[in-house]
Amino acid sequence: MSKVQVLVGTKKGAFVLTSDGTRRKWDVNGPLFAGWEVYHLKGSSVDPNRIYASQTSGWFGQIIQRSDDGGKSWEPAGGGPTTTPDGMPKGESNKFAYEGEIGKHLWYDGTPHPWEFKRVWHLEPSLTDPDTVYAGVEDAALFRSTNAGKTWQELPALRSVKGHLWQPGAGGMCLHTILLDKTNPNRIYVAISAAGVFRTDDAGKTWRPATQGLKSAYELPDKKSEVGHCVHRIAMHPSRPNVLFMQKHWDVNRSDDAGESWDEVSGNLPSDFGFPIDVHAHEPNTVYVVPIKSDSEHYPPEGKLRVYRSRTGGNEWEPLTNGLPQSDCYVNVLRDAMAVDSLDKCGVYFGTTGGQVYASADAGDNWTPIVRDLPGVLSVEVQTLP
Amino acid sequence: MIRVELPFHLRTLARVEREVTVDVIGPVTVRTVLDAIETRYPVLCGTIRDHVTQQRRPFLRFYACEEDFSNAPMDTPLPEAVTSGKEPFSIIGAIAGG
Repeated sequence: MSKVQVLVGTKKGAFVLTSDGTRRKWDVNGPLFAGWEVYHLKGSSVDPNRIYASQTSGWFGQIIQRSDDGGKSWEPAGGGPTTTPDGMPKGESNKFAYEGEIGKHLWYDGTPHPWEFKRVWHLEPSLTDPDTVYAGVEDAALFRSTNAGKTWQELPALRSVKGHLWQPGAGGMCLHTILLDKTNPNRIYVAISAAGVFRTDDAGKTWRPATQGLKSAYELPDKKSEVGHCVHRIAMHPSRPNVLFMQKHWDVNRSDDAGESWDEVSGNLPSDFGFPIDVHAHEPNTVYVVPIKSDSEHYPPEGKLRVYRSRTGGNEWEPLTNGLPQSDCYVNVLRDAMAVDSLDKCGVYFGTTGGQVYASADAGDNWTPIVRDLPGVLSVEVQTLP
Repeated sequence: MIRVELPFHLRTLARVEREVTVDVIGPVTVRTVLDAIETRYPVLCGTIRDHVTQQRRPFLRFYACEEDFSNAPMDTPLPEAVTSGKEPFSIIGAIAGG
């Protein structure tokens, strides 16, 4: 029988939640890296035993951890501490050095400010090579490792796309989304708060903004501005890589031409503000979002935690509430904290800032909390295992 | 032999006890002690001082013999009691957060 493994990053460590394919009973393992913020964990689709984790701390900086046994054991990717002094590798798995001239972006007050590495927000393993993994970092940039996380090199052309005009959002200037196109290994999309969406068609040598059609009237008075849109998350179905869905600061958007243009599909949502967005594993037109009241009030409208599902690729949305708190609920769901499994029926999972991880084994019709009292959840990823 | 006290999370990361010892050849300064720590425990590279700028991480402090060396020039000689191994050089996480 298939097995499901949910990888949960929280503000105080990581947790691994496992169940068989029924998804009724769950084992909880953790905290891993206890006391550290774990922004993201993600397994390789080529080798599910290979999992990367971003462990970070305001005190001690960034650590990249790697598991080669499906999450049972972990070592810093640059080499563990147990080897002998003569054999120790240089500890550079946490060295994220910007290429060339550091450059400056806009600070909150509109003045130029030098790029400063703070943390890794998102790790995206290659679709073809378990030793290759991308890292989206704050201050926003894209790094790649081709040796399983031991060393990292920036893909610097991204920051040359009007990087001097990028500005941090309230959460920092983070590159939080990396989408790889399995039909075109040279095509990568990244999303940055608050800079926008960018696409490369030559594996990172050159990039261009992919923001035409986005409307950010409050944040960007210039309607033609290519950069500065506060994109919270983008998602695609692997079978249809030219169709993208986006949760922006305000507005849910859709592109049918690989990001060349965008249309708003917020439709009947009670609020089009939110953070995560994801696509059903088997229905490319079924999309999930979690509406949040506003940019000033980061909790569900009316204190009711509702996932909204569209089976029409946007515009027509239905609330999914069975099993979710429908009164006095004031948690948030962060941008990397929703994921789907690939079982039939598709499982949907999300974590909250209140430490709950909810699971639906029937594509969102019914929800059950796997755990209720973890630290605030930063990220949720799912591995569907044989 | 220089005694160095590490904060909890760095002990966990390096899988060592509260206090470790390192050998420093030449002058014993903040810089040479940190160099020795990073050579002995490469997993700690970048966790005490920034990889690129080599600046102390803002929420860490360096103490020895009841003196604060956090903002002292990195080549400041450490007290004889540290050099002789009588007193430790302490790396401490600053109080912050909730």
